[in-house]
Amino acid sequence: MSILKIDGVTKRYANHTALDNVSFDIPAGCIFGLLGPNGAGKTSLIRIITQITGADSGKIYFKGEKLRPSHIKDMGYLPEERGLYKKMKVGEQLLYLAQLKGLTKDEAIARIKEWVARFEIKEWMNKHIEDLSKGMQQKVQFMATVMHEPSLIILDEPFSGFDPINANLIKDEILRLRDNGATIIFSTHRMESVEELCDNIALINRSRKVLDGPVREIKDTYKTDTFQVIGNGQLLITSPDFEVLEQHDNHGVFRASIRLLDGASPNDLLRYLIQRVEVHSFVELVPSINDIFIRKVKETYHA
Amino acid sequence: MHKIWLIIKREYLTRVRKKSFIIMTFLTPLLLAAFMLVPAWLATISDSEDAVMVFDESGIFAEKLESKPDLKIIPVAAGSLEQAKTAYQETDYTALLHIPKLDLANPEGFRLYSKKNISFQVKFRLESMLEKEIESQRFMASGIDREMLNKMKANITMTTVNLSESGEQDSNVWVTSGAGIVGAVIIYFFIFMYGVQIMRGVIEEKTSRIVEVMISSVKPFQLMMGKIIGIAGVGLTQFLLWVVLSAIVVSGVQAAFGIQPAPTPIEQMQSGRAMATGEEEPEQTEETSQTDTLSEVSEAISNLNFPLLLGSFLFYFLGGYLLYGSLFGAIGAAVDNETDTQQFMFPITIPLIISFIMSYTVVIQNPDGPVAFWMSIIPFTSPIVMMVRIPFGVPASELLLSMGLLVLGFIFTTWIASRIYRVGILMYGKKINYKELSKWLFYRV
Repeated sequence: MSILKIDGVTKRYANHTALDNVSFDIPAGCIFGLLGPNGAGKTSLIRIITQITGADSGKIYFKGEKLRPSHIKDMGYLPEERGLYKKMKVGEQLLYLAQLKGLTKDEAIARIKEWVARFEIKEWMNKHIEDLSKGMQQKVQFMATVMHEPSLIILDEPFSGFDPINANLIKDEILRLRDNGATIIFSTHRMESVEELCDNIALINRSRKVLDGPVREIKDTYKTDTFQVIGNGQLLITSPDFEVLEQHDNHGVFRASIRLLDGASPNDLLRYLIQRVEVHSFVELVPSINDIFIRKVKETYHA
Repeated sequence: MHKIWLIIKREYLTRVRKKSFIIMTFLTPLLLAAFMLVPAWLATISDSEDAVMVFDESGIFAEKLESKPDLKIIPVAAGSLEQAKTAYQETDYTALLHIPKLDLANPEGFRLYSKKNISFQVKFRLESMLEKEIESQRFMASGIDREMLNKMKANITMTTVNLSESGEQDSNVWVTSGAGIVGAVIIYFFIFMYGVQIMRGVIEEKTSRIVEVMISSVKPFQLMMGKIIGIAGVGLTQFLLWVVLSAIVVSGVQAAFGIQPAPTPIEQMQSGRAMATGEEEPEQTEETSQTDTLSEVSEAISNLNFPLLLGSFLFYFLGGYLLYGSLFGAIGAAVDNETDTQQFMFPITIPLIISFIMSYTVVIQNPDGPVAFWMSIIPFTSPIVMMVRIPFGVPASELLLSMGLLVLGFIFTTWIASRIYRVGILMYGKKINYKELSKWLFYRV
């Protein structure tokens, strides 16, 4: 079941088109990567989903219902441009933002306590935001985004500005939230940073959707049946079933990229190799999302 | 509605709890009290006595010039001016007045010698004494008796009475003008001070980038109105606290020190007017006329229509604030930082400043004239100008028209502001001009 269905959304600004007939589904309970270079239209789409702006045409369904203002409280949005009221205390700020999301005061206080314990930041509660380090502010902001336990969490460039330790902490939190049933949308132009986390992705380029689907399926579609083999011995492939793309020999150690040709299976290649050389490593060369993106973009330009 | 209330509460509380707000709120009544009491206190201690030696060679004045409680006249008999001067040097009198032998038709050659610089007041009083005496002498010479003249001199004060359907009421032009001006000044400063606070608040939200978080929870319009209303609450709180605290401080100090406050601006205006026209009332009537004026003033004050004044003050206070406040908010949304606000502030402040200047010049001189009428009808100037007109009596139809237009004006500016606001708050790093702004009005967001 999809939590969000985007159907033919188009958004034009005065002198450019930000989104051009974009459609895709976001399945519930997954981590979804909304990927594309800067200026592709990701933020425009997010602003339409969070109802900051409206689409010129097209429809969006949230949990099967047409998107409406009351859905806002079931979403959490961490914008790329982070910000908090600098003169407010951390506790007050969290309480205020949680109440604006529709929590009662008591509920909000209970949630704040829970999160404060989880992030071990009790001593911050009475500090002003402006007295916190940037990393601390990011944590507070992340808390504010998810505190009302929304079923859809949208994170725009979530790891920018986090040091590796905090980035890992946030990653763990995101996985925990997903396991608790939330759907998470990552929007980023740094595709490698979320590849391992995402279950599904949509690629956007120049206001158009280029590609979408489960990461595994996409990779299957775009894999080239190429394997990297490392081993000892003199490798000389004469079989017409395999094609050597690249080979380096160094003091009896070889490293080769080999593509399977029509009908050959990886096991055929392995069997063929074992009879001739000593295999140390046998790895499928899977294209990264980045590679796929570049290929896909090239295809669309040439088409 | 719940969300806008949360926003109002935050805007209000964060400002009211600021140190600067608390300091301003408590310091201003103290300063006000000081302004009122210090001159009064100075007046009670600065009543030193002046003494002037008079060397009269003409023989006309010596006996006639009389000592006043604070200005002693000491005739000196000396053979020559030089002798008189030496005699003066030995005393600590304020000055030595030399009256030469003179021709009544053409009196000149009066000289005032002093060790230190003489005060303007002493010089002025001596001159008027001498003038009076010369006049009497001339009257005598032409056969008119001074007594007779005093009897003939007319001295009237006119009581102004408002004739209206509700009956006759004593009024006082100075009280009436004063009441209006005070209201207008407060509204003017209130709009400026708190309008700029709205603008700063919006800029702060923009520069701290909280705005996108906020408007993913609330509508831009709610955010803007919450801020405007919250800050209005801050202003009203401060205003009420000032009124209450000033009253407490002033009456407390009066009770403690038994000092009467310095004359109110109305009384000062009155004495100023008397001086400007140069009319010198005979000494004996001065006291009584002073008390007349005082009772007249207090009667006129009690005759002001307070419920109407207060009601319309609150209406124009809030109406004017809302009208301009939303525009200030829109400016805040359109720019990235405060230095860029100048070009947009200009057209907003101009009508405010003009109506402020006009209100104590043209409007007060002719509260029913065409300028006053139009300025009190147009929403951008009416909050200030109408306040000046109301104490003079404004027909109910005009008042209702003006109020109705103010409400429409405020709805209109809020509409414009909310259009600019919703586009502007998400716009960064772009230099905005008027053409761009006017496009925003019709953007589909």
